[in-house]
Amino acid sequence: MPKDNPNSGGIGASPKRREDVRFLTGAGNYTDDINVHGQAHVHFLRADVAHATINSIDTSAAEAMPGVVKIFTGADFAEVGGIPCGWGVTDRHGDPQQEPRHPIIADGTIRHVGEIVAAVVANTLEQARDAAEAIDLDLGDKPAVVDMAAALAEGSTKVHEDLTSNLCYDWVFGNDDDTAVQAAFDSAAHVTTLELVNNRLVANPMEPRVAIGEYSRGTDEYTLHTTSQNPHVIRLLMCAFVLGLPEHKVRVVAPDVGGGFGSKIFHYAEEAFCTHAAKACGRAVKWTSTRSEAFISDAHGRDHVSKIELALDADNNFTALRTNTMANMGAYLSTFSTSVPSYLHGTLMAGNYKTPIVQVNVKTVFTNTVPVDAYRGAGRPEATYQLERVIDKAARELGADPIALRRQNFITQFPYETPVALTYDTGDYVATMDKLEQVADVAGFAARRAASEAKGKLRGFGVNCYIEACGIAPSNIVGMLGARAGLYDAATVRVNATGSISVFVGAHSHGQGHETSFPQVVAEMIGIDESMVDIVHGDTGRVPFGMGTYGSRSIAVCGSAMVRATEKIIAKAKKIAAHLMEASDADIELKDGQFTVAGTDKSVAWGDVTLTAYVPHNYPLEELEPGLEETAFYDPANFTYPAGAYACEVEVDPDTGKVSIERFSAADDFGNIINPMIVDGQVHGGLGQGIGQALLENAAYDADGQLLSASFMDYAMPRADDVPFYQVDHSCQTPCTHNPLGVKGCGEAGAIGSPPAVVNAVVDALQSAGQDVTHIDMPLSPARVWAAMNG
Amino acid sequence: MAKVSMTVNGKAASGDVEGRTLLSSFLREELGLTGTHVGCDTSQCGACVVHVDGKAVKACTMLALEAEGTEVATIEGQAGADGSLNTIQQAFQDHHGLQCGFCTPGMVMSAAALLKDNPQPSEQEVRAYLEGNLCRCTGYHNIVKAIMAASGQDVSGIAAE
Amino acid sequence: MYEFEFETPATVAEAVAALAEEEAQALGGGQTLIPTLKQRLAMPSKLVSLAGIAEMKGVSIADGVLTIGGGATHADVAAEACPPLAALAAGIGDPAVRNRGTIGGSLANNDPAADYPAAMLALKSTIVTDRREIAGDDFFQGLFETALDEGEIITGVRCDIPEAAHYQKFDQPASRFALVGVFVAKYADGVRVGVTGASEEGAFRWREAEAALSASFAPDALEGLSLDAGSMMGDLHGSKDYRAHLVAVMTKRAVAAIS
Repeated sequence: MPKDNPNSGGIGASPKRREDVRFLTGAGNYTDDINVHGQAHVHFLRADVAHATINSIDTSAAEAMPGVVKIFTGADFAEVGGIPCGWGVTDRHGDPQQEPRHPIIADGTIRHVGEIVAAVVANTLEQARDAAEAIDLDLGDKPAVVDMAAALAEGSTKVHEDLTSNLCYDWVFGNDDDTAVQAAFDSAAHVTTLELVNNRLVANPMEPRVAIGEYSRGTDEYTLHTTSQNPHVIRLLMCAFVLGLPEHKVRVVAPDVGGGFGSKIFHYAEEAFCTHAAKACGRAVKWTSTRSEAFISDAHGRDHVSKIELALDADNNFTALRTNTMANMGAYLSTFSTSVPSYLHGTLMAGNYKTPIVQVNVKTVFTNTVPVDAYRGAGRPEATYQLERVIDKAARELGADPIALRRQNFITQFPYETPVALTYDTGDYVATMDKLEQVADVAGFAARRAASEAKGKLRGFGVNCYIEACGIAPSNIVGMLGARAGLYDAATVRVNATGSISVFVGAHSHGQGHETSFPQVVAEMIGIDESMVDIVHGDTGRVPFGMGTYGSRSIAVCGSAMVRATEKIIAKAKKIAAHLMEASDADIELKDGQFTVAGTDKSVAWGDVTLTAYVPHNYPLEELEPGLEETAFYDPANFTYPAGAYACEVEVDPDTGKVSIERFSAADDFGNIINPMIVDGQVHGGLGQGIGQALLENAAYDADGQLLSASFMDYAMPRADDVPFYQVDHSCQTPCTHNPLGVKGCGEAGAIGSPPAVVNAVVDALQSAGQDVTHIDMPLSPARVWAAMNG
Repeated sequence: MAKVSMTVNGKAASGDVEGRTLLSSFLREELGLTGTHVGCDTSQCGACVVHVDGKAVKACTMLALEAEGTEVATIEGQAGADGSLNTIQQAFQDHHGLQCGFCTPGMVMSAAALLKDNPQPSEQEVRAYLEGNLCRCTGYHNIVKAIMAASGQDVSGIAAE
Repeated sequence: MYEFEFETPATVAEAVAALAEEEAQALGGGQTLIPTLKQRLAMPSKLVSLAGIAEMKGVSIADGVLTIGGGATHADVAAEACPPLAALAAGIGDPAVRNRGTIGGSLANNDPAADYPAAMLALKSTIVTDRREIAGDDFFQGLFETALDEGEIITGVRCDIPEAAHYQKFDQPASRFALVGVFVAKYADGVRVGVTGASEEGAFRWREAEAALSASFAPDALEGLSLDAGSMMGDLHGSKDYRAHLVAVMTKRAVAAIS
């Protein structure tokens, strides 16, 4: 619902972001900008081999080094809990996932390069590093388990000796009757099969992680400043599962956070360490990750190897889909790791299509690599990539138009129950495809291809659709599926006596612009200026509770809680207004910040009511408490289902294999939109990351478990000249039917929807030159494209 | 320890540093100018870009002692004395050229260096100039747009909102 | 970083004296050395900054000879050298790196994927140090190895300006160093082709291509010429075969850009 005047404020407007001023002037407050009086610094001695037994650690020489406060090894954390996994997946036989202990510091065995072996706390960071070099480690090398198929093979070295194998779980979802599924394939007119890799990625938010632990002996209270997307979740996991501390004695603060993209959801060892060490050392302990550390200690993303089969009838209707995926968990189970290849992936495998039979098989595998967890999209990009690649391959095999084949199989009736457990409440995939064809100027492609060919380049066009499920919910259902947390969110609306408002939200803003967009909603509901509303986030000491920001959930879940709390505020304010105007509260209307009695000219202003709430001289004290503050918890009835269609046009240099993105177009349906400018920005950023995955990024390990792309020198991040201006449209809007704002979420769409379009376009370009290339695994680096073209 | 003196954002600044103290550390830890960010250790991300004697440099890849006697400009010195954003900063806000804000100080300082040398850069020139400034949030769309707008060019025709 | 002393001599002589100390190391622009120190991969007792030495600055062209001070930054070279070398310098790193990094520092480091070595081989260069002159052809001695002695400083380089030249670079996608870079220089007495990024032995001259191009300066003259892939580097970003192929493509493109 765009505003007639986009500058008028409220829902649908694009006011400039208020957080920008501090970021543009160097006045942001990121965790590394914080220094605590008397703080010590920790340097983590990290494993430089992937798999080894720790025979002994001698820290005596290191302890005698200048400035050393204390040195910790695994033995110091033997009595402390391990880092918990937040989701327990039940396998196809009804058994629980294999779940190894995940220690803060390696306890006898090193299981990945980068694992913490010892922690040196010293007066300065350089002293800590000096001392770490004096630690004498005696290791017994073990073979590294890196390749997933090899890890699952009989007789493989085990990553965890106490588990039965390297298999975490073997899971089936959707139609689990193998015979019926096979029958559908046997009776198909055509079957398209594709094997592909969803490349391992490193999230690389520009701000590396930081943790600062503090402890007060006077009050027995801890404070942890950390770079987190969800400080309440960190507090809960760290207190209840790792350190055994009472939550009310622990405050977790995530101030300005420089991007997360999933990698800052998880509870990390360094957070628990700094909190624990602050008490043990009697002073604050600070850790700032270097980028080199980040590459081997931040959870990675993706890393699936899949085989996908699509069955079609003689009329090109999809009749069955079957996937077999191996998903890498790395050495330990990170917070959300097991949910990503299962419930965030298998549930999306129907896509935008009415395929009647869908079977998803997933094996998750332990390897001697960094733990793998959610990265922007988390399971949904992996599902979309398989589906949209196999559809494209089918279209080419059948000589069908890729867009027409998709249109023919679109779901058009809503609500729609998929074979993989979701109920799509609303959508219009035809409309987004119509919009895409217009935005992408499909009609003009032939001329653009001719122009490219005239200068010796190949040009390709690729399209794909996507659907994502955002705001994972409801809690009772996800609990049945293995989630070990609720997935609601909370907001407290505190109205001050003078009418200004602080909204304490459980969502965390680390680039999403909540400080601007959330007040737009509250201000519109009450009819006051946005400048009267601020949000407060990122501090368990100020915000009552919340589950944080990930999975494109902030506005759909926390925003809904904020609406519910604001509705309670308005209801109470109406009672106060009714009392002041001696009317019935049923007759009170609120518009533009004025309370009026319907059918009369009586009115009182918002500020009069709020002042009365706190100065209750003329007030119905016997019926109503003074004050004006309300909290709401909102647990969604269903996921939301943003969907869209994307198109990519590439040029390929046939001599070098270099791919350049010439055009990228996106048509998204996000339902109602609060701030179109911010939504555009979210899509742009997602596209940048999706293009990065498709063309550039690759976290590659060698056979010894060494990360080959362990810095920006070898891990190719998208740069400004790798991407074009994007054509982005979100005018197709089918509002979500089950949340009060009709919103769906937009944070991950770009990253989910773009990789298949890029690969489809490159395959199209190569085939246009008569190349018999049907697939290239991402990233489509020049070397890989050239190799594909040259056998 | 050695004494280092320089002018930072027009004001004299000095301190005692080790030979190994980086300019970025001196700015952040000694002078409290935490707007200069450190996002990598291989001199690639550009979050730490400042100007030394008018030239863009990576403050994490320069020793504080190498800046002896120089004029250093950081993000903190870009806005007017009254807090008003300069043209580039304002364009970044107007065109949503930042999200998490971490790369932003380096982006603004690089943009300032670019526009000093090339007052009306083309899209390709802007993109090429930002080779040493990584952003993970924006997909660069609105950064490029903001820099072109800050140069006085009409960006209303640029692809899509 | 390990602790080290820091010194800023004003003359080459002072710098040489300072570098006589055991474990002292010269600091050019620091764009490679400082990241290396951060990783604690080097442990100099003292860094001797060459940035304050006026006699090592400057770029000049006279009598068909290009002279560049060892302390000239890539930005200086990009602004003031002859066009082909200026273009090469303008493609090194990024603007902020070019404002600090120096040609002397780059040559002394001899990274196998650096750009300058290709040009130095093609441009009949002479590397001038505090104590001698070294022909460019003799200077580069494998990966990160040069003819320099301990404590020897590159004070400048001289190149014969060719009739025409062009540097064609194919970026490694992450570092933007050269996955392959080819510098073709055409002189009255023949053509020289310097190649960087490709070989396990570091930068080299592609003699077969030089002979072919000296006979006929046209892309077609390179048809049928190929390098032994076995001696090429192979890594995450490109196989040996791919690099060998790219050298041929980049050479053709460089020639085409000239002719």
